[in-house]
Amino acid sequence: MASASLTAPKVAKRRASSLGDRIFAMLCQAAGILVLILLGALIVELFIAGLPAFRAFGIAFVTSTDWDPVRELFGAGVSIYGTIVTAILAIILAVPLAFGVAFFLTELAPPWMRRPVGTAVELLAAVPSIIYGMWGFFVIAPAFAQHVQPFIIDTVGELPVIGALFQGPPFGTGLFTAAFILAIMVLPFIAATMRDVFEQVPPVYKESAYGLGATTWEVMKGVVIPYTRVSVVGGIMLGLGRALGETMAVTFVIGNANRISTSLFGPGNTIASLVALEFGESEIGSLKLASLLALGFILFLLSFAVLATSRYLLRSRLKA
Amino acid sequence: MNRRSLLLGASAALTLPALGAHAQGAQITGAGASFPNPIYQKWAEAVRGATGIQLNYQSVGSGAGINQIRNRTVDFGATDAPLSAQQLTEGNLLQFPTVMGSLVAIVNIPGIAEGQLKLTGPLLADIYLGKITRWNDPQIVALNPGLPLPSLAIAPAYRADGSGTTFVWVSYLSAVSPEFKEKVGVGTSVRFPVGTGARGNEGVAGTVRNVRGAIGYVENAYAITNKLVTTQIRNKAGNFVKPDHKSFMAAASAADWSVPGFAANVIDQAGPDSWPIVAPTFILLPINPNDAARSANVRRFFDWAFTNGSRLAAELEYIPLPESVHNAVRAAWRQSFGA
Repeated sequence: MASASLTAPKVAKRRASSLGDRIFAMLCQAAGILVLILLGALIVELFIAGLPAFRAFGIAFVTSTDWDPVRELFGAGVSIYGTIVTAILAIILAVPLAFGVAFFLTELAPPWMRRPVGTAVELLAAVPSIIYGMWGFFVIAPAFAQHVQPFIIDTVGELPVIGALFQGPPFGTGLFTAAFILAIMVLPFIAATMRDVFEQVPPVYKESAYGLGATTWEVMKGVVIPYTRVSVVGGIMLGLGRALGETMAVTFVIGNANRISTSLFGPGNTIASLVALEFGESEIGSLKLASLLALGFILFLLSFAVLATSRYLLRSRLKA
Repeated sequence: MNRRSLLLGASAALTLPALGAHAQGAQITGAGASFPNPIYQKWAEAVRGATGIQLNYQSVGSGAGINQIRNRTVDFGATDAPLSAQQLTEGNLLQFPTVMGSLVAIVNIPGIAEGQLKLTGPLLADIYLGKITRWNDPQIVALNPGLPLPSLAIAPAYRADGSGTTFVWVSYLSAVSPEFKEKVGVGTSVRFPVGTGARGNEGVAGTVRNVRGAIGYVENAYAITNKLVTTQIRNKAGNFVKPDHKSFMAAASAADWSVPGFAANVIDQAGPDSWPIVAPTFILLPINPNDAARSANVRRFFDWAFTNGSRLAAELEYIPLPESVHNAVRAAWRQSFGA
């Protein structure tokens, strides 16, 4: 009772400025709704602007591997293939590394090292993508062209079946280089998520396992990973979403050819890099511009689906 | 007052032309081709000093430049690929050339030095079609007796972004090879059956430098500033010519400019010394401008550039147009705009 009477004057004071409260609440609400409208408007606008391409080529637009601006034949097949292959390859390269980082930071590293290394990994995410692009083009691509690729082409490339993935002239640029750069770019997202969810495992579980004589690895394998499995997959999807939409760095190193090559060292294209490259030379009202916008629409759907899945899998962690 | 204009000039020179603009009011805006951007910026600097006209030029690409001038969001558009007479009529636009540029082929072959390798147009077309795949192909060896051509795979590099440079390059290859014309065609971005793409002149130059056996095409200025290995090319007269000022000027004066929209075909010109791959770049000016005074200032700008800008153009490795073309453009202005 006493506390109620103490707070009473405050309540009265609040009521006096309730108009301000209401305006503020409305502004905040408007801001929230604006984001929803923006998202919806973007996707509708992209779809409408890309409609001429869907009309001209039908559903075959998604699968067609044509991209011939001279004859006005456009298809999304090559860039969808490049987008998915580079993103998945990047994940394959990044996940073991990210797991190592997270495992080290949560279980093995001495406490004084955890902050600096953790921060360094997170700072990787703050490097602008153009920097990765230039680094990839001027440092990684020549190194790949002169050392890594000739070696792999001469060894793995000679093997039956799998060799076909590693053949062709060593340009340095190509799907593999793009995936390599992407792997470094998505590493911080996956590593940070993994570290965060690993840290959320209740200590009592881990201590019980240690008490039973389990080694660090056994605790990781038997307790931490099963406990966090869904969130870890969510973190990987987060990285995948980022890899799908990355533009600048990929454009520099992917080789930008509108062909599907069987070799991972061959040049390719992603949706984002194709749009970035061709946009400046597309005239208003042309089928090419419509096709580029249709590509944007497809990329939007693809990223949206992946990120929505990631959100769904991470929901328990986000609530916490 | 002097000090003030000095300050304004200085701030404008620091790539902030928009800030100093309101002081004099004679501002003009243009957008389009990136190929002539360096010379337009250079001219803009000089014209500002001479006449007070301030040019704000956005190097956004020819296609975007055409879009912007069709929507009249700028005072003039700039494009490398000329519009057809019909397109000009539809857009109510006047088209005229400003300067020319030249393309060179660059190669990275161990043991081959600058200007040594001799190639022909049809050979270049076959290389970009993927029909000739090794540097010691008999056809290349036959042209280059005595050169140590290795058994190295040819790795063609091309511009991945849509660009006027690609337009000129494939125009040349299509002019000399019917097969290239049929299979690839002409455009600011085309589908090359082989090779790898890179972004911008610097990207192609970088790829050629990195990859042994690579061949690429860049604007001449890039080859010179980056000290790239260029080749000789056989011209229409059957002579092998080196890319230098003399062969460029020969091509410029051999062209026939008396066509609608000045869309002269300067590719693969006759003449014993003509470099085969040169191309003009164009300005698109509305015939019914929203603001007549600004349109007049655009013409004053290029009139100054024609009269005084040739030396600056040559310094940046562009090819100035012949005097007769300058006068023909001025005549076209008088015809369209009166005065």
